[in-house]
Parts: sequence; structure tokens; C-alpha cells
Amino acid sequence: MNLGSPLNSRRILGETGNMAPRTLFEKVWDLHVVAAPEGQSALLYIDLHLVHEVTSPQAFDGLRANGRRLRQPLRTVATVDHNIPTTPRGLPITDPIAAKQIEALQNNCREFGVPLFDVDSAEQGIVHVIGPELGITLPGMTIVCGDSHTSTHGAFGSLAFGIGTSEVEHVLATQCLPQKKPKTMQIHVSGKLAEGVTAKDLALGIIGRIGTDGATGYVVEYAGDAVRELSMEGRMTLCNMSIEAGARAGLIAPDETTFAYVNGRRFAPRGKNWEAAVAYWQMLAGDPGAQFDRVIEIDAAALAPFVTWGTNPGMVVAVDSRVPELTSFAQEADRRAAEQALAYMGLDPGTPIEAIAVDRVFIGSCTNSRIEDLRAAARVAKGQHVNPKVRAMVVPGSQAVKRAAEQEGLHRIFLDAGFEWRESGCSMCLGMNPDILQPGERCASTSNRNFEGRQGRGGRTHLVSPMMAAAAAIAGHFTDIRNWRFQ
Amino acid sequence: MQSFRKHTGVVVPLDKVNVDTDQIIPKQFLKRIERTGFGEFLFYDWRFSGDGKKVGDFVLDAPRYAKASILVAGKNFGCGSSREHAVWALTDFGFRVVIASSFADIFANNSLKNGLLTVRLNEEQVAEITRHSKEIENYQLTVDLEILRVEDGQGFAATFAMDEFSRHSLLNGLDDIELTLQQEAEIAAYEAKHPVRAEMKAIAVIV
Repeated sequence: MNLGSPLNSRRILGETGNMAPRTLFEKVWDLHVVAAPEGQSALLYIDLHLVHEVTSPQAFDGLRANGRRLRQPLRTVATVDHNIPTTPRGLPITDPIAAKQIEALQNNCREFGVPLFDVDSAEQGIVHVIGPELGITLPGMTIVCGDSHTSTHGAFGSLAFGIGTSEVEHVLATQCLPQKKPKTMQIHVSGKLAEGVTAKDLALGIIGRIGTDGATGYVVEYAGDAVRELSMEGRMTLCNMSIEAGARAGLIAPDETTFAYVNGRRFAPRGKNWEAAVAYWQMLAGDPGAQFDRVIEIDAAALAPFVTWGTNPGMVVAVDSRVPELTSFAQEADRRAAEQALAYMGLDPGTPIEAIAVDRVFIGSCTNSRIEDLRAAARVAKGQHVNPKVRAMVVPGSQAVKRAAEQEGLHRIFLDAGFEWRESGCSMCLGMNPDILQPGERCASTSNRNFEGRQGRGGRTHLVSPMMAAAAAIAGHFTDIRNWRFQ
Repeated sequence: MQSFRKHTGVVVPLDKVNVDTDQIIPKQFLKRIERTGFGEFLFYDWRFSGDGKKVGDFVLDAPRYAKASILVAGKNFGCGSSREHAVWALTDFGFRVVIASSFADIFANNSLKNGLLTVRLNEEQVAEITRHSKEIENYQLTVDLEILRVEDGQGFAATFAMDEFSRHSLLNGLDDIELTLQQEAEIAAYEAKHPVRAEMKAIAVIV
């Protein structure tokens, strides 16, 4: 990218003077349209393709079968995250099928020339954690990955979305994707989040309000004072959960918080390139008067720490309330779904959330495993001890997060409190590695999905923020972090 | 991609909303590196007990639905994980069509790439098909993509929408990677204007 003055940036943004005001999403979209053939979807250029071991082997096989090459090795970055064990890295991978899948990625990366942050790399980590922390993820990009939580990268003002394996193959071969233009939604969050109410709670509050299909067919832009106040880690948590409301992507306009986070990272622009890049990124924010297909207003001050009670992220209530009564559901299908969810979760309607005891606690995942998440959890855990009935683990999102936490002494706080301190990976968010719940076990989890069996067959997942998870580990049951006595 | 023109088959009702891809194909089966062989693990946790024995009472395993090739389900079918393995499991099991009032975006995309037709009807129509498929033995539907129509030959008929390009691709089983590669001149021109950033060149050493 060779970017000059803001004037030049304006030209790059495709502005001609009398253009209708555009949203952030529309600008990023317009910048990446390679071709719009008559009667076909627009062909979008993909700036960055992130690859991991689970959704890529069949795509590389497809390239081989058709004699196709990888078009852009330097726009393709791979790591191992989904099924890697979180036990010390020197130990062998005991699951032979997982080991074979990891080996397949290593071989494919070697054969096709894909940069790989491998199992033993100092930069290995969850794909949505390492992209931003290495300065590979930047504002204004198009980013895809064979993983639905690719929406995370939208925190930088990128158009980032999850794709299936056929589309992974498509991008490997062409660096492009034909895409139908989605509708636009703005979620405007005014006011200020209260102490103890985090980006995770904001995400859960939104999904609770609009439902798990509330944003299907839309790309969401988050705006408003409460969003601007969020750190980059918080913004990543919020954008990460966009998919749980059905949106393929969620974006936040880049600002000084974004630039400060990106500046100096390993692969970020430097020197003159940096100046030009910032000038360009500053042009990306939506124009005043830009129209959205749908606007949702949220009052940040009305939000509380949330806990899910059911088997999808929309089944959620404030920690100081109760498991809903079945009579509270107007639609018969929703009532039946709630009834099935409560049976699976082993909960009775009307149970106070704070009366629900937990067996396990998981702090990690692409939603909540960054340094700020670990700091927040450690603040709660400091000087406390995990309830003897609870097994609690902390899984940093990357080796870099783990190192940073250890430099700050956070691991000491966790270990002294009785938490396990593990190696980086997706871990118990989806339980593809050995970190799983046993049937009937109840878990307070900072991850993103409480689907049946997600963390292990018969496992019961309650989604919460890192602070709420740490507090549940210590109390042995859910407890309102707003009343916590920090030590 | 596999083409789809017209299909007649037995309908099986999965009367649930928000069926996520974790249910369609649980994670323990995602470690396979092939595209085939996922059908036997479809809806595994609902069809099999913890020790791998078939539960028997799950609707897909009822003898009357043994030949079903059309699945009708509640809203927001295929939500959650992007795993294309969910579509591979459905097609490998023998499904050609899924009918629901709404689908998650990534699931619908993945279906298209594999010749699995996702048909969106309104909630009343879905409820009617669900009811018929429960009450009428061997209840069949014909789904015709050329005229975008679903009918049972017994009085129920509905039309559905699909964007013209997706319909055209499915009808003809087009290889969409090949279609994109036909735009080579445009892609090359775009890349000439947007070269890889200087700083990213250092990442080549990670190979």
C-alpha cells in the first residue's frame, strides 16, 4: 500500500466529490471490489487469509486435485490452535487423529509456502489473537478465515468474516471471494458501562435483546460513547460475538485507540508507511448522514453482568435475576426451545442465577483470552482461593499473552489461588483437544457458545465475562461481581 | 459444485429452532482430513448415547423416514460454527434439500458449494410441511429449482426466492473457482495497484 496525503487517501477511497455518505463497511467494501460482472456477485479482494488446522486440509486437497497454486503466500498466515493440547508443549500429542491433522497443516504449509506459526513457535496462539497482536490485522482490510469468529478482527475497522472450507479453497486459489452485499445495521451504544460490566456483557446484552438470528444477513457497525470507550481488547470481544447474533461481521471505526494498539507491532507499517497508513485509516469512519438498513439503540447504563442460562447465547439474563419462567415466552417454538434447554442444563425455572453452583471454570478462547482479560480475572482472584469443589483453568490466547502475563506476575496470582495455568490454544471453548467437560458438569466459561455438548458431551456451559468467571471459581457459584470485595 | 435441478423425496421433520452446526456434526468428528464419511456422525449426540449405541428414538432413525432426503427444520438452521463438515454430513447422509424459515449465512453459503439446496419458506408454510411430514406416512415433496417451487401434489405448493446467480450456478453445477479465475485480468490489475505491504514480506521467513 503506497499511501500519500489525505487527499490521495480520498482518491483511494473512491470518493468523487458528490458521492452519497457511506458507512465504514461500505467504504471497506468499495475499496475491495475487483470486479462486478453482470448478473454475478461482486468479486471482493481478500487482503488477509488466516488458516488453521481444522478447516483447511480439504481445501489444500482441492488445490492439489485441480493442479492449482496458492496465489498469494504473503497474504496467507497459518497457525495451530483448535486441537492443540494446552499441556506443556514438549509433550507428544496423544490423540492420533489430532496429530495427523496438525501434521497435514505442517505439510500443506511447506508444500504451498504458507507462513506457519507452528506448535513450537513463540508466536503460536489462537488465530484471532495472534493476527492483531502481530500487527498482521490492520484497519480497513478484508480478512477471512475458516472460522466463524473471524468477526473479531472487525474491532480494527476491517471487514472480517468466517468462511467454509470451499471458500477457503477459493481464497487460496484466487485471493478473492464472490460475495453478495449484506445489509447494514448500526448498534449504537450510548452512555457508560457500569463498574464490573464489560464488553462481554455488552455483547451478551445485545444478543439477548435481538436474538441469535437478530443480525442474520447484516454486517454490524458498533458505535456510540460506550463503544469508543472500550479498549482494543474489549472491542475484539464485542466484534467476536457478532456472529452469535447471526452477523457475519461486526466493525468499529478505527480511532486513536486503534492506532495506539497497532503502532510498533511486529508486522505493522513503520516510518513513512505508518504515517501514510494512519492518514488513510482516519478516512475510513462512516460519513455523517450515512444510512443503515437498521439501527438499534442500547443504553449502556442499563446493562448488568450477564450469565447465560440456556443452550444458545441469546438465552441470557442479568446475574441478579432468575432463570426465566416458561410462561414468559410468547412464541410456542421459543417456549419449547427453553424447556429443552432447561432440561439439558439441569435447571428449574425461577432459580436465582447466584444460586447456581459450578464444577468447572474456563478462562480463555478467542473471545476473552487477551492480556486485559487475564488482568481482569487476576484482579478478582488475587489473594483468594478457588472453591475446593471447582476445577478452574486459565488458557492464555497466545504464547505472547502468556509471556506478558508471566512478566506481570499474573500467573502467580492464578496459581496461588488454585487455578491451572495452561499453554495457549482454543482449548475448552470447543473441546477439540483433551480439555473437555464431563457429562453433567457445569462450567462458567468466558467463551462464546453455550450450545449443547460444545465443551464436551453433556457439559453445561454458562457464558460470562472473565471477572464473573473468576468470581464463580472462588465462590463456587455465580456471584455478582459488582458486590465483589477485591483484595 | 454438484448441480441441482429438481428433486422429489421423503420429508423428515426436525422440529427445533436454532439448530447449530455443533449439533449437526459435533467437534470430535472435525479432525478428519477428508471430505467424505461424515454422514454416519450426523446429529451424533442426538442419535447415539455416550457409549456409541444408537438411541433409536431420534426422528432420523425412525424406519418411516429411512429414505428421507428433505429435512424440514425451525428458524435459524445451521447457526454457529462455520464448519462445512455440517453440510458434508447432511449430504453424505443423503439429504438434497433443507427447508426452514431462515438459515445462518455461512451455512447457506457452504450448502450452495455442495449442491445442498436451502429453501426458505415462511413460518406457516414450514409448520404445514412439518405437520404433514409427521401425520402422513411417506410424505413427499418435489422441489424444482428451475421454477423455484415446492409442492406435494396433494394441495400444498409454495414458491421460494433465490438470487439469480446462485440459482444459475446450482442449476449448472458451475465451478465457482473457475469462474473467478476467468477474472484474472481484473485480479492482476487490482494486485498491481495493491501490492503486499513491505512489512509483510518479512513473514516469509516463518515458512
